[in-house]
Amino acid sequence: MSDIILEMVNITKLFPGVKVLDNVNLRVKAGEIHALVGENGAGKSTLMNILSGIYPYGSYTGMIKFKGNECKFKSIKDSEKEGIVIIHQELALVPYLSIAENMFIGNERATAGIIDWNKTHIKSMEILKKVGLNEKSDTLIKDLGIGKQQLVEIAKALAKDVKLLILDEPTAALNEEESNKLLNLLLELKKGGITSILISHKLNEISKVADSITIIRDGSVIETLVKGKDAISEDRIIKGMVGREIVDRYPKGSAKIGEVYFEIKNWNVYDPIIEGKKVINNVNLNVKKGEIVGISGLMGSGRTELAMSVFGRSYGKHITGTLIKDGKEITLHNVKQAIDNGIAYATEDRKTSGLILIDDIKRNTTLARLDKISKNNVVDDNKEIHAVEHYRKKLNIKSSSILQKVGSLSGGNQQKVVLSKWIFSDPDVLILDEPTRGIDVGAKYEIYTLINQLAEEGKSIIVISSELPEILGICDRIYVMNEGRIVGELSREEASQEAIMKCIMKSNREVI
Amino acid sequence: MEKLLDIFKNNIRQYAMLIALVVIMILFQILTDGTLLLPQNVANLILQNSYVLILAIGMTFCIISSGNVDLSVGSLCALIGAITGTFIISMKMDTIPAIIFVLLISVVIGIWQGFWIAYVRIPAFIVTLAGMLIFRGLTNTILEGGITLAPFPEDFQFISSGFIPDIFSGLIKGIHFTTILIGIIASIIYIVLELRKRKNRKSYGFEVSSLPLFVVQIVIVTIAINLFSYSLSSYKGIPIILVLIGTLILIYSFIAAKTVPGRHIYAMGGNEKAAKLSGVKTNKMLFLIYVNMAVLSAIAGICYASRLNSASPQAGMNFELDAIAACFIGGASASGGIGTVIGAIIGALVMGVLNNGMSILGVGSDWQMTIKGLVLLLSVAFDVLSKKK
Repeated sequence: MSDIILEMVNITKLFPGVKVLDNVNLRVKAGEIHALVGENGAGKSTLMNILSGIYPYGSYTGMIKFKGNECKFKSIKDSEKEGIVIIHQELALVPYLSIAENMFIGNERATAGIIDWNKTHIKSMEILKKVGLNEKSDTLIKDLGIGKQQLVEIAKALAKDVKLLILDEPTAALNEEESNKLLNLLLELKKGGITSILISHKLNEISKVADSITIIRDGSVIETLVKGKDAISEDRIIKGMVGREIVDRYPKGSAKIGEVYFEIKNWNVYDPIIEGKKVINNVNLNVKKGEIVGISGLMGSGRTELAMSVFGRSYGKHITGTLIKDGKEITLHNVKQAIDNGIAYATEDRKTSGLILIDDIKRNTTLARLDKISKNNVVDDNKEIHAVEHYRKKLNIKSSSILQKVGSLSGGNQQKVVLSKWIFSDPDVLILDEPTRGIDVGAKYEIYTLINQLAEEGKSIIVISSELPEILGICDRIYVMNEGRIVGELSREEASQEAIMKCIMKSNREVI
Repeated sequence: MEKLLDIFKNNIRQYAMLIALVVIMILFQILTDGTLLLPQNVANLILQNSYVLILAIGMTFCIISSGNVDLSVGSLCALIGAITGTFIISMKMDTIPAIIFVLLISVVIGIWQGFWIAYVRIPAFIVTLAGMLIFRGLTNTILEGGITLAPFPEDFQFISSGFIPDIFSGLIKGIHFTTILIGIIASIIYIVLELRKRKNRKSYGFEVSSLPLFVVQIVIVTIAINLFSYSLSSYKGIPIILVLIGTLILIYSFIAAKTVPGRHIYAMGGNEKAAKLSGVKTNKMLFLIYVNMAVLSAIAGICYASRLNSASPQAGMNFELDAIAACFIGGASASGGIGTVIGAIIGALVMGVLNNGMSILGVGSDWQMTIKGLVLLLSVAFDVLSKKK
């Protein structure tokens, strides 16, 4: 079991002007789960793209040895032929095709170009069982949740007779339960002799499943830790990743919490498509001035739907209930009214609904409140540049200038642009949906600090997050949501992972 | 210098098309032994392409906002021509009230299309394809099965054949002095605006281009403006149409680059969901864009009817394709969010010069079409390839 399946020797890759990988060596043993960690931009994805042939042989220097043979992959097809399959963070499934069709795309069960559908479905059912996905093989991908889609991706890899599976942040979009399921599946596959490389930011997951951990920083390998041999601790990994010790992952805020400032009362929302389905059920919550309130809950518990329905009815139908801000009732029929009333909502998915990727930092930052820098509908360029430059410095957005396209920024810096945009809108109430999804530890810390600062300025903040440690680390008070209802309210002292899960479990029993 | 390269790199598409336009013009100037840039031909070029230029302005906004096009503009030009002809020729209405009335009708037509596109959310491609058929059909109905109405009274013809009068006529023989004066005034306005912009940026402490570079830019533009006005002045002066088009270009470029609605249009084209969640009223914007397109189509239709001096059922054939091609040659992105009015104008001029130059050389219209098609394909291919690098 301890023989080396993959060896990457002295890999160096240059992009115009920058060395993204500098003499990287990676050794993966057959049958292990090998974790690859590092900050965003450290070079993990580049390394995996070289391995899978996306950056073809010749565009880098160094050698790749797989199963003892030297490999010169020219394309992803070459690496797949050897049994190396990469699953990217953004899933590559066709929404309007079935599970079976997606699994065998480019790899059809066919004779002379004619697809044998019986064989396809039998084979796919067999693999679906293996990955523990309880769905029919003719279900369309669009009808599956993101967690199940991830399982389909893995099933697709298994259909290709995978030897080495590379997963790039597989749990970034999953909740705790789904993540656990996925991690257990990896352990299951390991028993079946499949080697995996796991890229992840979630250190607790890594310590749970990984047999060895390679830490990359700024294009070089810092160290490789082997389970059972080295002392593995989260602190050691973080230190390796950021090059310094982060004493406290969650900075302490010193905001003075004031009176109740914003209240949602008797809030009910129905599904916009399925008639009669209640998505939000009689929700009541409030935020005080200077307070950071968390909303915790599993994916699909209605957190995002609640936030969006409050934010100018961006989601749902037949919305009833009252919103009270600063003692006065407010009605928000559309997003513009919400912004004008000092409400801001930073979406959970910055790429599809938070940013305009083809536009620059400047235009993205001011979009929600162009009236602040314009007169009679005419934009004052100089004022705009001034304002945006201020936020770029304040939030430490790493970029060449405010004219850089946000699509070319790293995840953490994109998130900072999203935050700049909403801070620029001068809100009194900020709703942050998954503010640190898919970004590295260093950037997370900066964002937490920023959230604390905003609270100190007297703003009321609602944070929605799937990561329990994050919610526990930064919030003054936590609401627990499940099935569209608030099922628990915990103070900072009462809150713990167990307490939150208990609230969810208890409410599930009540429903049954 | 590096900064200059940077600017060039960022605007490579527009500079490339501008350079291509200049090259094509020089090429045909040589091939046609100087006929292309004869004063009379320059005026002719503007008149010939007026309708495409006007349509391309509106089409740019359709493409930026959603990556969609309006296929009905050609038919709408014909319909507007037919209605105008009926009002003025058959019903003997006066020209100005007739034009106002026709423009109001175009607003109603725009509301009709905008409603389906923006509020019912039927893809613009389908709504305007339907519009293309409907408006062509109505044109034939109004013209009672395809009779051509002609001629228009002189004041209506004046729109396309008129030139601004010379207040100083006879001052210099053979030279339209007012035109020269307008050229000089325009260059002074340009210089003042540039100087003010520079001063403004300096006062905010922003970087400005180096002084020699700035002077070179001003000198080149000033020379170009005055050469152009001189060329026009040695024929009949500035065509009325050029004044109209110039005004439209200025207004719409300003809207696109400097105003809040302009920003909103680019934003919704770049990512509609994100724009919506930033408070952009996407439905309303889309609606207004198609209403605007209908009004500009009407203006183009009036210009064309005036130029042909008739209302014909065949008017406006393939205008939509010329306008769409102009936008894409000018750098608009088929997925929305990218494009400029000036780009579309340059695109339209590239095709216009090609057409005109080949006509002078006696190239047949069959070959002209093939070459236009290749130019469209190559210019977009150039764009795609240059982005890949």
